[in-house]
Amino acid sequence: MGLTLPSDGEIAEVPAVSPNWLTTRLDFLVNWGRANSLWPMPFGTACCAIEFMATAAGRFDISRFGMERMSFSPRQADVLICAGRLPFKLAPIIRRVWDQMPQPKWAISMGACASTGGIFDTYAMVQGIDTIIPVDVYVPGCPPRPEGLMYGIMLLQKKIKGETMADPSLRQELLVNDQGFFVPPAKIDEISEPFGNSVHQTRSA
Amino acid sequence: MTAVAPGLSPSVEALRAAFGSAVLRSAVSCGDSIVWVDRDRAHEVLAWLKNTPGQEFNYLTDITAVDYRDPGQPLEVSYQLRSLGRKVDLRVKVPLDKAKPLTVDSVFDLWRGADWLEREVFDMFGVTFAGHPDLRRILMWDTYAEGHPLRKDFPLRGNFTRAEQTRQALAANPEAHYSMEELSIADAFNELPDDMKRRLLEGQRGELR
Amino acid sequence: MSTRTVEMALATPGLDDRGRPSRLPLGVGTAVDDDLGAEHMLVNIGPQHPATHGVLRLVLELEGETVKRCIPHIGYLHSGFEKLGEYRHYNQIVPLTDRTDYLSPMANNVCLALAAEKLMGIEITERCQVLRVIACEMSRVISHLVWLGTTGIDLGAFTPFLWSFYQRERIYNLQEAWTGARLTTSLTRIGGMMADVPDGWEAGLRDFTATFTKTLDEVDTMFTRNSIWCGRTQGVGVLTADEAINYSLSGPMLRASGVDYDVRKDRPYLGYETYDFDVPVGEHGDIYDRYRVRLEEMYQSNRILEQALDRLARLKGAPLNTDDHRVILPPKGRAMSDMEAMIHHFKQVMEGVPAPAGEAYLGVENPKGELGYYFVADGTAKPVRWRIRPPSFINLACLPKLCEGALLSDVIAINASVDIVMGEIDR
Repeated sequence: MGLTLPSDGEIAEVPAVSPNWLTTRLDFLVNWGRANSLWPMPFGTACCAIEFMATAAGRFDISRFGMERMSFSPRQADVLICAGRLPFKLAPIIRRVWDQMPQPKWAISMGACASTGGIFDTYAMVQGIDTIIPVDVYVPGCPPRPEGLMYGIMLLQKKIKGETMADPSLRQELLVNDQGFFVPPAKIDEISEPFGNSVHQTRSA
Repeated sequence: MTAVAPGLSPSVEALRAAFGSAVLRSAVSCGDSIVWVDRDRAHEVLAWLKNTPGQEFNYLTDITAVDYRDPGQPLEVSYQLRSLGRKVDLRVKVPLDKAKPLTVDSVFDLWRGADWLEREVFDMFGVTFAGHPDLRRILMWDTYAEGHPLRKDFPLRGNFTRAEQTRQALAANPEAHYSMEELSIADAFNELPDDMKRRLLEGQRGELR
Repeated sequence: MSTRTVEMALATPGLDDRGRPSRLPLGVGTAVDDDLGAEHMLVNIGPQHPATHGVLRLVLELEGETVKRCIPHIGYLHSGFEKLGEYRHYNQIVPLTDRTDYLSPMANNVCLALAAEKLMGIEITERCQVLRVIACEMSRVISHLVWLGTTGIDLGAFTPFLWSFYQRERIYNLQEAWTGARLTTSLTRIGGMMADVPDGWEAGLRDFTATFTKTLDEVDTMFTRNSIWCGRTQGVGVLTADEAINYSLSGPMLRASGVDYDVRKDRPYLGYETYDFDVPVGEHGDIYDRYRVRLEEMYQSNRILEQALDRLARLKGAPLNTDDHRVILPPKGRAMSDMEAMIHHFKQVMEGVPAPAGEAYLGVENPKGELGYYFVADGTAKPVRWRIRPPSFINLACLPKLCEGALLSDVIAINASVDIVMGEIDR
């Protein structure tokens, strides 16, 4: 039974496993475990980080989702929460943090600025972090309320629970060129037009 | 201007008496006293304002610059001064002709608080402050090639396309953001990883403009 | 070779005649052994580090565990606020100000409105002034509460974080009832406010002011005489009054060094001179004094809030917005029924409010220090230049000076004591 978890770089060697009783039961167990003990890596930059702190504090209490263990080291983290705007100067940093996180990993883009650039359609600002790293859940709002972030977290948990190890492409990160792009340059220009990312965004989970 | 505008700070008349033609003009706008001084004597004027008894503008509130929409109008560096003891304000502006190199003397020796403020004006407007000990970009990265963002000829979305900006951002090595000053800390140089040493020796750090 | 003198309190510090913990130098001042200094080490902290309060990056040159040089790198959150402001009408800049110092959005809104009103020569009503004072002081409280919570975490105390965030949530509820948003309030408009407070709101704020100081008392009990807290903060990151002025510091940083300068007292705006409050001033200029100053400022803000609430009750039914039709939109009912009013509404929204050519600088006492907005106008509806005088940017510039000679672990405490917010530093 080729039950080796497909990891980055070894994808081609993993034999395709067709879903059967054992893998679906194992999937359920693994996903249940993963979804309920996500260790977030809070990449808090701006206003959203304050709402993220409010989510972690007493009233909203993120630990109800098994997420109170903030992992400030990317190497022990499961989910990167980009809370706040991302300037170009910070883009290589978040990319490095993302690359340092081991699989399986997910990303939540919290807030309008992280998802689309928000009101900052300026020279300094990345128009949506999905041009830098792959994103699983976009949480809208400026900033999102803690309830909004929690809804995003629950969506992510739902997504994780639907994953199967029979699909090796889930852990694949396909670069479109050798400059580290996940999205083709022409596409970046397209979605970065004024109001671009917010109207073209169809990749939400 | 011959008649004194109502509400003008008495410091302006004192400046005129002390510096004569170096004081170009003065005005009152929204209750703020503004005095324009010649670039060559700007440092002297500011030092006089800080140290002369009776003036004592000992607190530098802000340094900034203004690029006007009219391209013919000079760029102005603006010093917002305050006397904590006398509780009065004065704004000193230094016009810089855009056809000539944008240079003004640094006031770092008068107020240490000018350090980052001057670096920011340098970064955003390209004004060089002569005598500043560590004049390099502060908000944008050292190798930023698009220009000086707050100039009026700089478009809001930058000079490059988004794809090019993204490419440059992804190509940037975060370690390369160490400044030469940091890397040249003599005793630490030998401890650096080889690739950083190599980069340093190759001078791979981007030109300050 | 530099000698480093550390002032430390005893484990059970005595009290001086003013009831404050006394500082007994234990004579720890020892010359660092020359042999240890042979190797200098370069340590990088940030930009993604939980203790740098955002995306600040510090490069430290260490000799043993002593910091020889600290070089901060900023700009990792540079968003182009000032450039963006040149493309916006004056009222459209208000939402931008929420996002600069996002720990005290309402105070920024107030400063922007005041600066634009100074530029346009507009008088505001008394009720509007009182509401703006309430907005400023609420902001001061929530900003200092974040400072208290996060600094506590940085120095190893988690509980104050939960306490202060509980109180913050109470203010957030009030903010939300007033403005519709927890954080990005966009409260003010030129010549008035976005909205009046809803019915019964004052009772909520009264309830807050009546009970909120209990939390401060608890923090006071827990920290002020705590030997760990005193040991970590007293005599660390010291700045003298002259240095503080020379570095252009403002706010609690300046006052902790013993300079009695508060914009609310020295260049009063919003009628602050008519309120009865004290400005706490430190004397040692260390982290401990900054903590004491900020803690006391919250008590004083509470006093101001109570007085403002009394005035608000007296001004019930008084007009909120100025009657200057240049800047204030006609009432919605008239705009929907009267052609002239509708055209006026349309023109004002689409074309903006032109400001006369000129320039104005206005500084207010924000929680972090003196926040100044400097407008240069050329007669159009958009400013030629919108400059933010960012208090935390200028306060942070003295970090290399504060960290020089400190221990590595003190750098975190010193950085926390500056009370920075990266959104405002990088803009």
